[in-house]
Order: sequence, then structure tokens, then C-alpha cells
Amino acid sequence: MTQRNEPWRVELRSQIKAKERSNMERVHMPELDAVYRSSVRDEEVNLGLTPELAMREAQRCLDCVNPTCMEGCPVSIRIPDFIKNIEVGNFLEAARVLKMTSALPAVCGRVCPQERQCEAVCIHTKMKKDSVAIGHLERFAADYERESGQISVPETNAPNGLKVAVVGSGPAGLSFAGDMVKMGYEVHVFEALHEIGGVLKYGIPEFRLPNAVVDVEIDNLRAMGVKFFNNVIIGKTITIRELEEDGFKGIFVASGAGLPRFMNIKGENLVGIMSSNEYLTRVNLMDAANPESDTPVYKGKKVAVIGGGNTAMDSIRTALRLGAEKAMIVYRRTEQEMPARVEEVKHAKEEGIEFLTLHNPIEYIGDEFGRVTHMVLQIMTLGEPDESGRRSPIPVEGKTRTVEVDEVIVSVGVSPNPLISQSTPELETTKWGTLVVNKETMQSSSMPIIFAGGDIVRGGATVILAMGDGRRAAAAMDSWIKEQI
Amino acid sequence: MNKIISKEYFSERVIKFVVEAPLIAKSRKAGHFVMVRVGKKGERFPLTIAAADVERGTITLVVQRMGVSSSKLCALEVGDSITDLVGPLGQATHIENFGTVVCACGGVGTAPMMPIVTALKKAGNRVITVLAARNKDLVILEEQMRENSDEVIVMTDDGSYGSKGLVTNGVEMVINREKVDLCITIGPAIMMKFVSQLTKKYDVPTVASLNTIMVDGTGMCGACRVTVGGKTKFVCVDGPEFDAHQVDFDEMLMRLGGYREMEREAMERSIDKTGV
Ligand SMILES: Cc1cc2nc3c(=O)[nH]c(=O)nc-3n(C[C@H](O)[C@H](O)[C@H](O)COP(=O)(O)OP(=O)(O)OC[C@H]3O[C@@H](n4cnc5c(N)ncnc54)[C@H](O)[C@@H]3O)c2cc1C
Ligand code: FES
Repeated sequence: MTQRNEPWRVELRSQIKAKERSNMERVHMPELDAVYRSSVRDEEVNLGLTPELAMREAQRCLDCVNPTCMEGCPVSIRIPDFIKNIEVGNFLEAARVLKMTSALPAVCGRVCPQERQCEAVCIHTKMKKDSVAIGHLERFAADYERESGQISVPETNAPNGLKVAVVGSGPAGLSFAGDMVKMGYEVHVFEALHEIGGVLKYGIPEFRLPNAVVDVEIDNLRAMGVKFFNNVIIGKTITIRELEEDGFKGIFVASGAGLPRFMNIKGENLVGIMSSNEYLTRVNLMDAANPESDTPVYKGKKVAVIGGGNTAMDSIRTALRLGAEKAMIVYRRTEQEMPARVEEVKHAKEEGIEFLTLHNPIEYIGDEFGRVTHMVLQIMTLGEPDESGRRSPIPVEGKTRTVEVDEVIVSVGVSPNPLISQSTPELETTKWGTLVVNKETMQSSSMPIIFAGGDIVRGGATVILAMGDGRRAAAAMDSWIKEQI
Repeated sequence: MNKIISKEYFSERVIKFVVEAPLIAKSRKAGHFVMVRVGKKGERFPLTIAAADVERGTITLVVQRMGVSSSKLCALEVGDSITDLVGPLGQATHIENFGTVVCACGGVGTAPMMPIVTALKKAGNRVITVLAARNKDLVILEEQMRENSDEVIVMTDDGSYGSKGLVTNGVEMVINREKVDLCITIGPAIMMKFVSQLTKKYDVPTVASLNTIMVDGTGMCGACRVTVGGKTKFVCVDGPEFDAHQVDFDEMLMRLGGYREMEREAMERSIDKTGV
């Protein structure tokens, strides 16, 4: 049911004229009311499409001869193939098509920046029309399969007696583990934290990606035979060398970019100022907003988040849900340059978040107890485009503004986790601390037993790129190991 | 995993646990710590590894019952397992034969000082331990310290035991009496601040082991950040030990105060529920 020239597909295309399909209006994702949702912490904002909405949206897809949308997808999901199965109500088959290329479709359907990938190059956009809601449809098919209780545990080859190790259990590690276990390898995943899932668990909040969705995927991998070990830090508890000595034939490093960056400005260590990693870890991993939890978290009334990425949006919307009366995003460029997904910005605005764009903090002021009370913001403007075509922000001489705050969350980016590189000096890294690998095979330039992918190679990137790296590394490591024996 | 093999009371509030943790036992060095979590709603908190037995695959933790989390741990019995235990973390203590070393500790700093005293002695140092407490009842681990120190000086605020005075009085007495090559201090931040001021006056190199607030303990959050020599450092990965004369103790004290109100609430809640 996956070929464009199969009779049912030909027949389906002829049922509705292309022009008619193009003129249909794009579906609206049903979502929780903005006022209601800004005070509840755990309820997912997007409610998901109904089967009727999904089938109708699927009709908008023209089933193009050369589907450009697939070129926009970092893992080349077979987009028309799964959408056309939705159109005819064959939802489980649609989910199966998704799983051929993506290990975590329910996750990607929720968190991918579709408007910059597949949907940006959908044929409709060339005619100035709204693209097909590919992300919503992806989520629909994956959710449908999960909720049907008919999740198929993919078949695995007979065990080949070869052991491989995975460092980190974020999307890169999970997708790698899934592919390797299918090929018959014994896969051990080591995770430093007490929870499996990486950023999907400790970073992205429940209102955007419920933990239950991630857990189903992890349980699936367990059912396929992947072994997970939490509370093990590779480089500290066990070294890379010891893994080699223990008989692991290949090691996939997917340790992410977990190191928070600060701006190193005056007053940044005042009480009430923290990294988004600290804030989100307290709330998501440690459940600090739950009165039953021993971990505390500030519940600021006037909260500012510095930054314009997804992490910044997640932080400020969490603060709102924890009772902030004034919730502000402070970003040094304009909304157009914000790296966050468009939908997150839209949702944040609907919920009443203030956007202070072209503002940049230069100092924080505190009271006699060292608690932050004000931030001093430099007014910015956009300069001429640089070589990369990006217009960089420059300060407007002498123009500043002081704003009252009682909590500031710094979300200006992350750096690669240094634990592995520090304990394995032979491993070649860039000056930013990312691991150097072959772009096709993801194999380390200096230690052939090591492959790496996701944020540890790319710096802060995306779930789908991390997953794609995991897949490519699995294929390449399989060939490499087989060459060795 | 993480099973408690033995539990021994040093005093009513100070308990020694031997815990099954073969991988950590193998890789730890003096000065390393572990992050511990007790119960699914528990907090992650750091504990210094007091000793390790590679053959038996165990580590020793000495816990002083203070707040909610240490109380939860102290309530565990032999045969119970600690929910989560991860490590070894931090940088190991730099141990060599320095000559004469004064180890100044008090309160929460006493237990983590033990493995350092032991390692220093083993490396051939003359070790003088200054053990401070508010009163006689709060003096802990004196026996154990005596076993590994050339001299133990006990100081109590009220003079109910040892000499009357603060830890700084004890340290100053030693400095005035003989040449001190290094001072190591672990304890409440305010205590370390005063020890540091004192040794700076006498030009005695000093190392402080900092006990900031931590969340993950692996360098991921920055909750533990302090300013050392004008630069922001993460105690869990860059520390916990730093040149005391470079540490901004005032900032550290201020940051430690940050969650005090909430900690008190958590403690009261837990007293209401469990009576500990
Ligand atoms: C708040 C937030 C929101 C985001 N939103 C989006 C979004 O909407 N869309 C999107 O595409 N991307 C988003 N991202 C980015 C995305 O989550 C990351 O690009 C992706 O998770 C990277 O995957 P990874 O597998 O490389 O690493 P991670 O998910 O970071 O996982 C790495 C894991 O390795 C563990 N680890 C590290 N060192 C060791 C070690 N030495 N031993 C054992 N374990 C170790 C870590 O504890 C962690 O669990 C967001 C990120 C954040 C923080
Ligand atoms: S405790 Fe989180 S970085 Fe140190």
C-alpha cells in the first residue's frame, strides 16, 4: 500500500481535482482554550486531529509526482505514502509507513519545525497557499496507532551475538538502539540521569510532549530487547576504554548538548536567576511544581526568559503555568529571527506572554538579600546582513530600559556535554567541543570504535536531526563491525 | 542495586552506610561524591564518598541527618535499596605530601572531611584536625578523626568540650605555633569564609570544599555555580574543591539562602506526614 502507481492511489487521485484539493482550507488543530490552559501544568495544548479532520486534511495533498516535501524532511519520510493512507482511512498502515523512516513519529509530529522543513516546500506554498498540515497528520497517525492498542513490535533478526553500547538516551540514542536491535545486536543504553529519554523527558514540558508518549516508545524498544541502564555516566562510572574491554564492538555517543550557557553579565548569579536547564529540570524531571515533590522551584510573579528558541518558549510558558502574573520573552533580534517553532510563538502569544524583542539584558540588580529585582535592558537594532545573510543585532547607543523582575531564566543556548571528551582525550573535538565525525557514517575521525550523533555532534539542533544521525550511524556501524570480523 | 549492606550509628544524627555499588567503588577517588535520590518524589542531593572497597564492591557514605532528604536516607535500613545513586562525580582531591596540613571542619563538613584526612595521612602528611561544634553533644566522628590525625583539636562555641571558641581560634593557634603548609576547610559556608580570611592573613594556602545547591550534579544546570577568581565555576564538575582565597563566599552565602524558605516548608510538610 505504499507505491504511487498502485491502482488505488491512481484511482484516489482522480476522485478529486487537483485544483479543488488546493482550494480546500488548511485544517486547524483543535487546542485547549488559551485562558484555561495557561493555569494548568500537565494538559497538552494541542488536542490532535479527529479521524474526520485528518482524512479531510489528507485530501489536500496532491500526491505529487516529485514530492518536494520529502526533500525538506531530514530523514526523507515517505510523506505522500502515509498521507494517502490516511485519506482512505487506513490509519495503521499510515503509521507503519512512518515507522519505516522515523523511530519516533508521535514525538516528531509534535516537536519538529515543520514550517521550516517539509511544510516549507510543500507544493501549495509555491502557489501562495497554506501547505498541507504534514506535522498534524504525522502526529495523528502515530497517536492513532498507539491509542488503538495495536502497536506492532517491529520484528528483530535473530541475535548475532555482538554487543554495542549507546551513551545517552535522547532521540539520537533511542533511534540508533531501535535500528541496531532490529539487526540482531545486543544493545546496552547507558543514561546518566535517573530517567530514560534525554531532552524529551527533562526538557520539553508535558503541555507540549506528554511523557506517556515518550514512554510508549521506550517500552517498545525494551520489548524489542534493548537494555537500559540509568544512573551510569560514561566517562565517570565506566570509561570508554572499559566498554571496549567489556567486549562492546561499537559505541554510539549521543550525549547531547546539556551544558547551559550564561551571558557573564553583572548580577547574573543573583538569587532567582537560573538557566532554562535548571528550571525545566526541576519542573519536568524532578516534578518540583507538585507539592508532593521534595525538589523546590521558584514561582516568580514577574518572570523574564532571555532567548528566542524552543527552550525559551517552554520556560516562559511553564512559568506562566506556575503562576507568573507577568511573563516576558526578552530577545535581542526580531520575531522573524526567532529560532523557536512558529506554533510555539503563536501559542505563547495567545497565552498572554509579552515579547520584548530587540532587547538584550546587560545587568541585573538585586536587593539586600541578593534576590534579583530588576533587569537592565539594552535596546537593540538590526545591522546590515553579514556574510551568512543574517542581520546581526547591534546596540542603540545610550538607550536602555529597566524592568522589574523577581525571576529570570537564561535560555541563550547550550554547549556539548564535555564528560566524554574530557575522559577520552584521544577523541577529536572541534573548538566548540563537538565531536568530529564523518558526515555520512557518523564515525569518529580519531577512534573508529566510536560513532556519534545528535547534539553532541551538531551543537543544539533538533529531534529529527538527532534521530536521523542515529539511523545513519546504525547502518554504518553495522557495516563497519561486519568488516572487522 | 544500591543495596544497603550495613548501617552504623556514629551518633544519633550521624550514620554510616555501606552500600553495594561495584562500578562506583572501582572508579572513585578521595574527594569524589555521588548524587543520591530516595523515593520517587525525592530530591537529588550530593554525598561525599567516605571510603570504598573494590573487592566487596561497596562504597561508604556518612550521612548527617539534617533536612528532608538526608532524613529519608537515614530512615532506610539494611537490605533496603537507595532509589538512585550515581557517580563518582566532581574532581578528586589533590593528595600529596604537603608537609603539615590543618583540616578545619565543622557541622555538615565533618563527614566529607574524613576521607581527606585519611588520604593525607596515608600520603605522609602531619595532619592536624580542628573539629568544631556548637556544643559537646554535636561533636561527631572524633574517634575516627583521631585514628588518622596526628592531633585533633576540638573547639566548642560554649566550651562544654575541648577548648572554648570557634574553628578559626583553633586554626590560628596552630598557625601561631608551627609552620602550616596547607589548610583544608569543609563546613558551613560562613565558617569556610572566616577560615579563608584568617589563613589569607597568614598567607597559608587554603582549599575549601564547597557545598552549594545541586540539582543534577553533572554540569547540566548551573544551580551549583559560584564565582572563583572572578569567573563562574560549576561546583559539581569544576569542584567541589577550590582555592579558598579566590572564592566569593558572600555570593555563595547569598545563593545558599535562595531556597531556605522552601526547604523549611518541605521539612515541615514531611514532619507533618512522617513525624521524622
Ligand atoms: C526545552 C527544549 C525544547 C526543545 N524543543 C525542541 C522542539 O520543539 N523541536 C526539536 O526538534 N528540538 C527541540 N529541542 C532540541 C532537541 O531536544 C535536541 O536537539 C535533541 O533532544 C538532541 O538529541 P540527542 O539525542 O542528541 O541528545 P539529548 O536529548 O540531549 O540526550 C542526551 C542524553 O545523554 C545523557 N548523557 C550525557 N552524557 C552522558 C554520559 N557521559 N553518560 C551517559 N549518559 C549521558 C544525558 O543525560 C541525556 O539524557 C529542544 C530542546 C530543549 C532543551
Ligand atoms: S548541579 Fe547542575 S550543574 Fe552542578
